[in-house]
Amino acid sequence: MFQVLLDHYPYYLSTALIVIGVWGMLAKHNLMKKVIGMNIFQTAIILLFISSSVKFGATVPTFDPKLGLENTALYVNPLPHVLMLTAIVVMVATNGVAFAILLLIYRRYRTLDEEEILRRMRE
Amino acid sequence: MAQLPAIIPVSLLLSAFVAFLVGTFSRSLVYPITLLGIVTALVTAVMGLIRVLQDGAQHYYFGGWPPPLGIEYVLDHLSGFMTVLVMFIALLSVIYSRRSFLQEVPEKIVPLYSLVLLMLAGLTGIILTGDLFNLYVFLEIASLAAYAIMAIGNDKAPVAVIRYVIMGTIGACFYLLGVGFIYFATGSLNMGDVARILPGIYGSRLIVVAMTFIVIGMALKMALFPLHIWLPDVYTYSPSAVVALIAPIMTKVGAYVLIRMLVSVFLPNYLTSVLPVTLMIGWLAAVGIVAMSIMAIAQKDFRRMLAYSSVAQICYVALGIGLANPFGLIGALLHILNHAFMKGCLFQISGGIRYRAGLWQIPQFAGLGRHMRWTMGAFTVAAISMVGIPPACGFFSKWYLVLGCIDAGNWVFAVVVVASSLLNAVYFFRVLEKVYMVPSNNDSTVTAASDPPGEMLAPILVLASGIIILGVINAVIVTQILEPIVSLAF
Repeated sequence: MFQVLLDHYPYYLSTALIVIGVWGMLAKHNLMKKVIGMNIFQTAIILLFISSSVKFGATVPTFDPKLGLENTALYVNPLPHVLMLTAIVVMVATNGVAFAILLLIYRRYRTLDEEEILRRMRE
Repeated sequence: MAQLPAIIPVSLLLSAFVAFLVGTFSRSLVYPITLLGIVTALVTAVMGLIRVLQDGAQHYYFGGWPPPLGIEYVLDHLSGFMTVLVMFIALLSVIYSRRSFLQEVPEKIVPLYSLVLLMLAGLTGIILTGDLFNLYVFLEIASLAAYAIMAIGNDKAPVAVIRYVIMGTIGACFYLLGVGFIYFATGSLNMGDVARILPGIYGSRLIVVAMTFIVIGMALKMALFPLHIWLPDVYTYSPSAVVALIAPIMTKVGAYVLIRMLVSVFLPNYLTSVLPVTLMIGWLAAVGIVAMSIMAIAQKDFRRMLAYSSVAQICYVALGIGLANPFGLIGALLHILNHAFMKGCLFQISGGIRYRAGLWQIPQFAGLGRHMRWTMGAFTVAAISMVGIPPACGFFSKWYLVLGCIDAGNWVFAVVVVASSLLNAVYFFRVLEKVYMVPSNNDSTVTAASDPPGEMLAPILVLASGIIILGVINAVIVTQILEPIVSLAF
């Protein structure tokens, strides 16, 4: 049991972060906190992907003449890193758009509390 | 012309940047550039579809790297059909949008048109790519552009859109998680390659988890009941021309991704035997059709009624996917096509009424039929099609869906599809009655109203006549385009 936890702890950690993130997005009333929840959720996914490519005793995936090409166990799998670089760019853009919209909302309603805004929208 | 699949998104992406750059110097050039980009993409898409019908699927490898190493673009029957549909609706909506934007948001047309092009590039990218991760990137490009153009509206639009941002991001991230699990299990991201590897590891729990994440993610993106809560507000408060562009195609592309997963990645046999996920989609859709039609009846705001009706209609598509048999899938695909025409037409009419009379409350529509003859004529055609009266196209997709329900032996679904036509009749005939039967109370806004200008009326009439034409030629579409798609899966 304890060994399973030790072997897989990055996965448990990122799962916990995913749950925290989704909870923040759905349960919080402040729109800024929702966006923070979104951030936590996205970061957790990055961690999950990166931890999947971990190899102990392996090095960066560029050709090293001393190591050769025969034994792929000596190089870390580069693909998840590359994917997550793209995903980070996408997530930065998402946050940018979200913050821009939050700014619009704040300028019009002078608050970011969702219930307060909804109350004023009904007026 | 081996590059055909790549030209479509690239031409849109390029014109998005050109439109923005040129637009900062000369505002009047933005619209011609937008039109040029969309026409190029549409012509390429039609050429591509013709080639596919003659010689079969076209593949393009980016940078010359063949899959599974490189990113592959695939133009087959399914993606050819969807690109032509998306680009055709986009062309009509953009022609329609110019006058509407000039009235509602005149100072923002430069960013609006470049974002529209960016969104279309994203949508065609989603449709054409053969790579699971590339699909995620295009999904976010399309969504981010859509968030931005929808937030340009009245004071309520940003509040509606921030909810869409939150829900949409959860959807996209769930999709990404699903792709991650597929990658952990198979070591590949190419759809064709994954489909080859999957049968060997069908017992794997990773695949079950991956499928669940992808289905929930795409259900959020396509606003499948009960994950539709973001949609009605967004469609109500955004600029009317933006909704006329987004409503017919955006949620359909979400449905396309589900169909693509069903046809090219996971095969229906697996989905029905190991994991009853399609059955779950089907039941949610069945409940959604009834619940959302009833919600649509309860609305007084015309735009909101159409928004709830959109959710109900996307549930028909989901029902077809959920049946996971050939007739059901044909019904779903045909309904994507038909509903894009019907909802495009209806939202353009709603924008037209707003443009000329400034009205969107249904009780105020009394007597409009006499003053907006052509617009209301088109509305009658679209309403008949939504209810499902032949020869309008709406009848035929429901016909295939009912056949699918009978094939699957699921009588509840069959009853839902037929009974919901009556609910559709209630909320559309209610508007028709208001427009034609109720005498005008000599309201000055109604008596002063006339048909919108030709630039806006022409797309409405093209879509309305398209509804009838699609109904007449539906057999050709089904045998030539849809049956090859279905034969891939079953």
